[in-house]
Amino acid sequence: MKFIKLFILICLFTVPSMVFAGQNAQLVVMTHDSFSVSKKVLKKFEDENKVKVVILKAGDAGAALNQAMLSKNNPMADIFFGVDNAFLSRALKSGMFESYGSPKLAQIKDDLKLDSSNRLLPVTFGDVCLNYDKAWFKKHDLMPPSCLEDLLKPEYKGLLVVENPATSSPGLSFLLATIGHFGEDGYLAYWEKLKENDVFIVNGWQNAYWGQFSAASDGDRPIVVSYATSPPAEVYYSKKPLTKAPTGVVTGNESAFRQIEFAGILKGTKHRKLAEKFMDFILDISFQEDIPLQMFVFPANKNARLPDVFKKYAVIAKKTAIVPADLISQKRESWIEAWTEIVLR
Amino acid sequence: MKKGRYNTLAGLVIIAFPLLFLSLFYIFPLMSIFKLSFFSDGGFNVDIFKKLFSKNYYYRVFYFTFFQALLSTFVTVAAALPGAYIYTHYSFPGKKLLKTVTTIPFVLPTVVVAAAFQAFLGKKGVINQVYASFSGGSGVLIHLDQTLWLIILAHLFFNYTIVFRIVSGFWAQLGNKTAEAAKMLGASGFKIFIKITLPLLKPALYASSLLVFIFCFSSFGVILILGGPKFSTVETEIYKQAVYLFNLPMASVLSIIQIFFTFLFMWLYSSIQKKACVELMGDFSVNPGKKAVGWFEKTALILNYGFVLLFIILPIASLFIKSVFSAQGFTFSNYTGLFENKLDSIFFVSPNKAILFSFIFGLLTIIFALFIGVLASFGIEHFKNRLSVFFDSILMLPLTTSAVTLGFGFIIALDTPPLNLRNSFLLVPLAHTLVAYPFVLRSVLPALRSIPNSLREAAMVLGAKPGQVFFNIDLPMIKSALITAAVFAFTISMGEFGATSFTARPQIPTMPVAIYRYLGQPGAVNYGHAMAMSSLLILVTVSGFLIIEKLGKDK
Repeated sequence: MKFIKLFILICLFTVPSMVFAGQNAQLVVMTHDSFSVSKKVLKKFEDENKVKVVILKAGDAGAALNQAMLSKNNPMADIFFGVDNAFLSRALKSGMFESYGSPKLAQIKDDLKLDSSNRLLPVTFGDVCLNYDKAWFKKHDLMPPSCLEDLLKPEYKGLLVVENPATSSPGLSFLLATIGHFGEDGYLAYWEKLKENDVFIVNGWQNAYWGQFSAASDGDRPIVVSYATSPPAEVYYSKKPLTKAPTGVVTGNESAFRQIEFAGILKGTKHRKLAEKFMDFILDISFQEDIPLQMFVFPANKNARLPDVFKKYAVIAKKTAIVPADLISQKRESWIEAWTEIVLR
Repeated sequence: MKKGRYNTLAGLVIIAFPLLFLSLFYIFPLMSIFKLSFFSDGGFNVDIFKKLFSKNYYYRVFYFTFFQALLSTFVTVAAALPGAYIYTHYSFPGKKLLKTVTTIPFVLPTVVVAAAFQAFLGKKGVINQVYASFSGGSGVLIHLDQTLWLIILAHLFFNYTIVFRIVSGFWAQLGNKTAEAAKMLGASGFKIFIKITLPLLKPALYASSLLVFIFCFSSFGVILILGGPKFSTVETEIYKQAVYLFNLPMASVLSIIQIFFTFLFMWLYSSIQKKACVELMGDFSVNPGKKAVGWFEKTALILNYGFVLLFIILPIASLFIKSVFSAQGFTFSNYTGLFENKLDSIFFVSPNKAILFSFIFGLLTIIFALFIGVLASFGIEHFKNRLSVFFDSILMLPLTTSAVTLGFGFIIALDTPPLNLRNSFLLVPLAHTLVAYPFVLRSVLPALRSIPNSLREAAMVLGAKPGQVFFNIDLPMIKSALITAAVFAFTISMGEFGATSFTARPQIPTMPVAIYRYLGQPGAVNYGHAMAMSSLLILVTVSGFLIIEKLGKDK
């Protein structure tokens, strides 16, 4: 009986809060789990526009985009943040974004603008590349690799851990790097040789970095696929102040793949004006300068100043391996299937 | 004697609410997602079935799913049965602690368990280091990474407590008068076990091994993280297809097949269980247990302790050790650092808030799940064979259904008032309840069935009303089953990350959410914080079920 009473009591408390929840003026932003912003920066936007910003998190980047596409006939949000270039064409084809040529686009780096219809606007970018454990290479008196081809050498046998492109976003980006680098005809042969050189495959970044990477875990693999911005995170989140990053990155010789993150206004928004303001806001300096330390990627705005830890320890690849977004969306599934057949069989 | 027990009409009334809950939060979302998958282009999409059956790959996935689940179940039951025996028959120091400790794995996020296993069993883990220091070289004694054995071990780690708790809870109520009588008549210990104890234990054994099998059958995190990409179960395949390949139709077909098999297992199980259910003769004296005497009993006791220590306590202890030791030595900085919002992030989760929210959800889940689970159990009790088996099977389905499919289903189904729950925080405890109430059902139903109906009839004859019968006979007799059920519901809610992580929701800062946030970025501090938060999760959960068990005892 106690339980029944308690149940009714809880219903009494929760039902009204559900009913009244939708009545304040609010702007809803749907995004993935890695999204973050500082309180101060967001509060300023809320105060200036007299709006409450609600942020819905919807799993990793793939899961979040899926949910936005599923709910496109009855959208849960006004803005979607976090489509990356591997999913760009797919997202545009779904027809769920409204075009908005923000005036702030003038400040955005031109090579990041991949959607000429301005439905998805670039907000952040970061390079997926090889990271290595400096201490390990020093201890073993070995040079770290400098390009993708190096990984096939016998001295690097059994050193590399890579994420599965079928279950991980950096894993997919690294597969794309090899496709951009070796071409559609050559990448499978490369992977076959990587397999012979004892590459270790795991399903997610967390497992690779926290489970296998010798610089961050009890694992024994000194080379991992991560981001070119991982070393600044290692310094920023180190136990005691560091003057050198414990990990290094390999970005030369077109060995990295650039992930660009886009945001757009969802079709069917009832707050178009506010949504436009929010798009301006996330492209503008204050949000853009907040990006590096909150999400550990680079801001897309050319005028945004980087924090010291980024200036000192982060790397932007001079030239990345390129695969056109259209081609990715056409071939993604068959590439992953072919890769699975070769590498996991 | 059985006649008075069945009353279809009363059963329907009682079971109506659980069925309504199931329809709204399970069947409706799933149907919506299936409809979208198969009928989106006007006609019915047949190609996907052709693709499924034309590829050898999917047959292998099905085979492996069954194989690993069967093996895991066998190993888990074999390992937990001696533990349950010793627990119910002997009194020994640290008895209560042992029971509590075995439940801890249940709450731990798989990523954290993976890190713990790595620290313990990995190439550079404790065991190999100890071995290396003895052998003088750098030889590797065990290498389990991404092997079937690691999957089985992890399943044992997670599920030991299911068998242990359900079987020992049941065993404790069996008493041993029958066994003593047999002993007096000259039966050997082995004969007593095979002929008397085992048949009496059947309901609990079936119930627990079924739960373990079903859990392993739909295992996700263990396969994905510890098994690695070479192993694929139906559940991980659904995730890959839906989230990374955008192939919703394939994900749906696989989900349907998974649901079909679950239904089949449940049907089989439920039919067997009804037949095998042994009614007890009112022998309910709980055995306090005796002291171990003689070398044989003492060795058995020590071996049992050693087993739990090795496979359950050591991996957990390695988490605590990691949370207070860093390269610089002993420190509490991982804990004190939890309170600092260094970056002023809007998603910062302070530990006291995380604990509070986790507790609230845990409490809500207990209430919802007990309410639905107990109603369901009483309802099922009212039906004759076929109907009872049918409802039992249907109500158990949510236990295995893929979190991705269901989460996506929520998005398209629960999107119009009054059921617009997509952004509601209630979605979290509701999703937890969906996973938790089948546990309540599985632990309450066998207890309910083992109450001799003659007891109720006697009370009725003496003039007791149905309500009085419920509160004075049924309730006290299922009390220990209810406590077990509440502990499971609470634990599931504390550690759950699956179903809700595939549903867009306002960030509610629970402890698993905080752990994943820390593990999302590189840096030793983040790792340290994740270990500290995991240790807190363990402590909070343990104190949670100590409180539940204490409350259960006082009443």
